[in-house]
Amino acid sequence: MIKIESVSKSFGDILANDNISLIIEESQIVGLIGPDGAGKSTLMRQLCSLISPDLGHIEIDGLDTVKSQREVRTLVGYMPQRFSLYPDLTVEQNILFFAELFDVPIKERKDKLEKLYKFSNLKAFSKRQAGKLSGGMKQKLALSCNLIHTPKYLFLDEPTFGVDPVSRQEFWELIFQLRDEGITVFVSTPYLDEASVFDKLALIFNGRLIAYQQPSAILAAFPYQIFVLQSTHYDYFAQMANVVYLHLFNKNINIAFSTEPSEEQWQEWLDKRIILTYEKKKTTLEDVFLLQSKHSVEL
Amino acid sequence: MSKILSVYTNKITKKFGSFTAVDNVDLEVYQGEIFGFLGANGAGKSTMIRMLCGLLTPSAGEAKVGGYDVYKESELIKKSIGYMSQKFSLYNDLTVAENIDFYGGVYSLNKRNIQEKKGEIAVELDLDRQMNRLTKDIPVGLKQKLALACAMLHDPGIIFLDEPTSGVDPKVRKDFWNIIYQLSEQGKTVFVTTHFMDEAEYCHRLSIMHQGKIIALDSPQNLKKKNEENSINDVFIKLIRSQIDADYQ
Repeated sequence: MIKIESVSKSFGDILANDNISLIIEESQIVGLIGPDGAGKSTLMRQLCSLISPDLGHIEIDGLDTVKSQREVRTLVGYMPQRFSLYPDLTVEQNILFFAELFDVPIKERKDKLEKLYKFSNLKAFSKRQAGKLSGGMKQKLALSCNLIHTPKYLFLDEPTFGVDPVSRQEFWELIFQLRDEGITVFVSTPYLDEASVFDKLALIFNGRLIAYQQPSAILAAFPYQIFVLQSTHYDYFAQMANVVYLHLFNKNINIAFSTEPSEEQWQEWLDKRIILTYEKKKTTLEDVFLLQSKHSVEL
Repeated sequence: MSKILSVYTNKITKKFGSFTAVDNVDLEVYQGEIFGFLGANGAGKSTMIRMLCGLLTPSAGEAKVGGYDVYKESELIKKSIGYMSQKFSLYNDLTVAENIDFYGGVYSLNKRNIQEKKGEIAVELDLDRQMNRLTKDIPVGLKQKLALACAMLHDPGIIFLDEPTSGVDPKVRKDFWNIIYQLSEQGKTVFVTTHFMDEAEYCHRLSIMHQGKIIALDSPQNLKKKNEENSINDVFIKLIRSQIDADYQ
């Protein structure tokens, strides 16, 4: 179990994490979602004991990430946003290098390597230089390097950055398989479609945790009904006091009201050609994200 | 949509040694179109874009961009297109104003033109107060819009966007796509690559590339209908997977 208790972290004047508390249960995939600069990587780096919180503390399996840094590091695998594989080393050399770093006993290495090949399908490429792999294969290799010491917790910072849909799907199949084997995964991603199938999501905006729930519960908690209007009168709606959510996208307006318009009101807009059509829209994680972004100040 | 050809290729091919990166590709992209150029990592997308931008000479086949021949008129092509990628765009150690000056210089704009453009960009992107800040210190979303503005200082008719939204959050991506739509409405042709399949749905037409060949090309709606899938993501996975299976046999 991971216990994050009242964690705050600043860099100069910037409060990157503001009093964050959350508990991550075992064998779960938890997604960390938030805009650029919200403090996601900062939180992740504290979890891996790479940086220490200014206030509060983090426990992994009861071990404090600051006081028991060495022990914690044997429990975790961390894949940073831009993974630095050694491009001149082969696939196999990269994995063995990590085995060396993590003191994996020599007699166990061969077995583990085979297991990793089996799930990553990288065996055919074991002699290929890492720099010459495709994007998806690079990510799988990076993951393999982090799994060689069998971590219980895996921290992935935007692992599917720049990876095509097929490779992404393969990558997630692997991650779900690991979860089912008992590994706990904490992952940040800008792909909200990926996030919608995780066990839980932590939404972080401006350094603060604003929600921590199952994706379905986050969607259910969305307080408004969103409508899609075919309309060119963005300014008309922008001035209305009860508009709580307003986005123009390719001549369609996505809008939500604190109090929904009456039938008569809709009819009036239609009659006056302020709108051409309107329809209800199913809430998506993107809507949750956009609503939050509107309320938070852009850095 | 007017039917003026912006990009035309006929059996264009590029080989590197024994490896065929682009294999007999036929493509027609029209003025004002938002054309999504999709494919797996390593499918040959970047090679194709580099040929269309006049940076790489094809091994065989024909290609015209903005009416100019990629073999004989690559310098004219460079003047009539814009190119932006997430990987290489602005100089972080220059200020916003200096980046505009630099790109203005690259595109041979005169001083007065550059000043005018700077004023326009400042108003459009609302970054009057940011002009003297270092580019690395401005927010990601703004940086991305600025990169696009710099790529278009010379007012090109065609713009190539190579994964322009990699590494930016969903709100910034959405804002950026609103700009793409505006460009299209102004009659600019937008040729865009992305790994975000929700963005692929926003394109007028798109192609899917696999091992140097175009394996599908149509509007998002038609591609979904033809393949009986609900999303371009599923279409993409279905088509590429079936190709991979076919390659094994």
